[in-house]
Amino acid sequence: MNMTVAEYKVQISNVSKVFGPKPMEALKLIKSGTSKEEIQKKTGNIVGVYDVSLGVLPGEIFVIMGLSGSGKSTLIRHVNRLIEPTSGNIFVDGVDVMRMSNDELREFRRHRLSMVFQRFGLLPHRQVLDNVAYGLSVRGLARKQCEERAQHWIEQVGLLGFENCYPSELSGGMQQRVGLARALATDPDILLMDEAFSALDPLIRNDMQQQLLELQRTLHKTILFITHDLEEALRLGDRIAILKDGEVKQIGTPEQILLKPADKYIERFVRDVNRARILTAGSIMDAVPTMKVSELTTKSLREKINANELKLVYMLEDDGRLAGVFIPPNTKSEITAAAAKRNLCKLPHIDVDAVIEEVAILALNSSVPIPVVCENGKFKGAISQSAAMSALVRSKV
Amino acid sequence: MFPDLMDSQNIRIAIDNAVDYMVINWGDTLEALASPLLQFLNIIERGLLTTPWWLIIFVLGALAYLSSRKWTLSAGVMAMMFLLGLLDLWEDTMKTMALMLAATLTSIVIGMPIGILASHSKSLRSIILPVLDVMQTMPSFVYLIPGVMLFGPGKIPAILATIIYAVPPLIRLTDLGIRLVDKQVIEAVEAFGASDRQILLGVRIPLAMPTIMAGINQTTMMALAMVVIASMIGAGGLGYQVLQGIGRLEVSRGLLAGLGIVALAIIFDRITQAYGRRLQQHLHLEDK
Repeated sequence: MNMTVAEYKVQISNVSKVFGPKPMEALKLIKSGTSKEEIQKKTGNIVGVYDVSLGVLPGEIFVIMGLSGSGKSTLIRHVNRLIEPTSGNIFVDGVDVMRMSNDELREFRRHRLSMVFQRFGLLPHRQVLDNVAYGLSVRGLARKQCEERAQHWIEQVGLLGFENCYPSELSGGMQQRVGLARALATDPDILLMDEAFSALDPLIRNDMQQQLLELQRTLHKTILFITHDLEEALRLGDRIAILKDGEVKQIGTPEQILLKPADKYIERFVRDVNRARILTAGSIMDAVPTMKVSELTTKSLREKINANELKLVYMLEDDGRLAGVFIPPNTKSEITAAAAKRNLCKLPHIDVDAVIEEVAILALNSSVPIPVVCENGKFKGAISQSAAMSALVRSKV
Repeated sequence: MFPDLMDSQNIRIAIDNAVDYMVINWGDTLEALASPLLQFLNIIERGLLTTPWWLIIFVLGALAYLSSRKWTLSAGVMAMMFLLGLLDLWEDTMKTMALMLAATLTSIVIGMPIGILASHSKSLRSIILPVLDVMQTMPSFVYLIPGVMLFGPGKIPAILATIIYAVPPLIRLTDLGIRLVDKQVIEAVEAFGASDRQILLGVRIPLAMPTIMAGINQTTMMALAMVVIASMIGAGGLGYQVLQGIGRLEVSRGLLAGLGIVALAIIFDRITQAYGRRLQQHLHLEDK
């Protein structure tokens, strides 16, 4: 992807971060090929992030995935300059974050982005309402206005009735809802989420992921999401960057990561993932020959069937919707346009974005490939019994 | 024995001369500088002595209840104060309380900002901490003598000595409390663009308040511990009674006044501690 700086909402370019006494020296060493362990032994410097470049598009959820120590939390803190890079640049809407003065940086943090933390980072001495309103009150907004907006977001995240509780009175999941509401209350373009759901129970984590996706459907924020959980990354991410030892190993869509892992390390990760829960119908469907009902003639029908040895033909309306399926009879003479129009079978169909796990049963129980349609009803392809089977079986390996 | 490498007499003479020079040339200026402190102490003392005894007992009882929400503490405080009155120690108790209050309040005004500064700068802390060590361990007579020479015997050197002795724990605990505030909370408010002022006033100080309160408690106790010594240079109050008891070999006088000091210490210790605990509950810090 060749895009200019301005088209990315957030662009991180060649960012390196070295912790320790002589960061520049360590950077030189690593450029000359010295391993990170050796650098740590020799100079006492710890290389947190090395030469990371990535761009986040407006409105997408970009997930940075890595195990602990991979530098992902360090990396995300560069975006709002909680951590300053040893070298490299960070651009937000094309503006270099490193060039901002202290005042500009404060305004930038107050208006443009907000952050959700793994350990919530709520103010223990303030009630939920004041916590959610914090970002607004820091801007100097009138108390009444702050509280009105905070109230709105408290409702949005489902915490109505808890406004006057203190954080310590809430469960972890509810505390993180407060964190999310606080981040959304300032109405930023960019949301930084640092392992936001990692400290929660699996069930609650699931709920929160669901809620985030639902909110995102209406809000269209640019979200940079950090996680160590590949399933979470695959579920939430429009695109995913995989980080190992402070370096980016692969950037791609969940499907690209799953189907074409860039190296052995990612392959090992991906192996344990339940693909059927991640991959969508669109990724395993096959293209199949189609004909338009309006252009149907006996001759073209027979030619199509003979040429491809078709067992069935998908018939489309002019607008691309599926009209039905024609199953040619065995006797050739009975294949006519009129018969086709008369004997169109209706089949159940699968949404192109549906997760395989949920729809595979349809394809498995059907003797003919099940059609796949996209949101506006247009026909996209079909999933055969064997395609569904192999998608399921591979997932169990 | 250690070899005679130099003549230490010269150093001593030099120091003594310097003190003499200060007394002669700066004495009046220093006294003028310290006079607001004296006025402050006098206002408190006059206030306590002119307020009717029952009102003071009532106010202390109310404070005890407000800080602890326990009737037992409140009743105990009022009973102890009443007993001090019965034993004919009321006036001395008020004088001692005035000295303690003046020293503690001044210590708060001086100590909290210094503690906050120390928490923000490592280099400053490395200077302040040894100074506090000196203040706490140097025998108080060592600075009482030049204090008396500079200000003359009376309340000024007494309150200064009390402050010097009582302020270190407050500075230490303010510094500690502010530094111990959860880093994640600070990071979060920074990420929302809070200014240094907003972080200090809205987050750091409120969250450090229980620790600072422990410092205030310590300061009160140490101020009371100084009253006997302070009375040697003219502070009056319960300490003076103790001193007289020693001088006249009147065990009863010393004992009763001593118990009076103990009673004051218990009253203020319980009130400030209970307040600190309630503060902690109110901040909902106990789960963290």
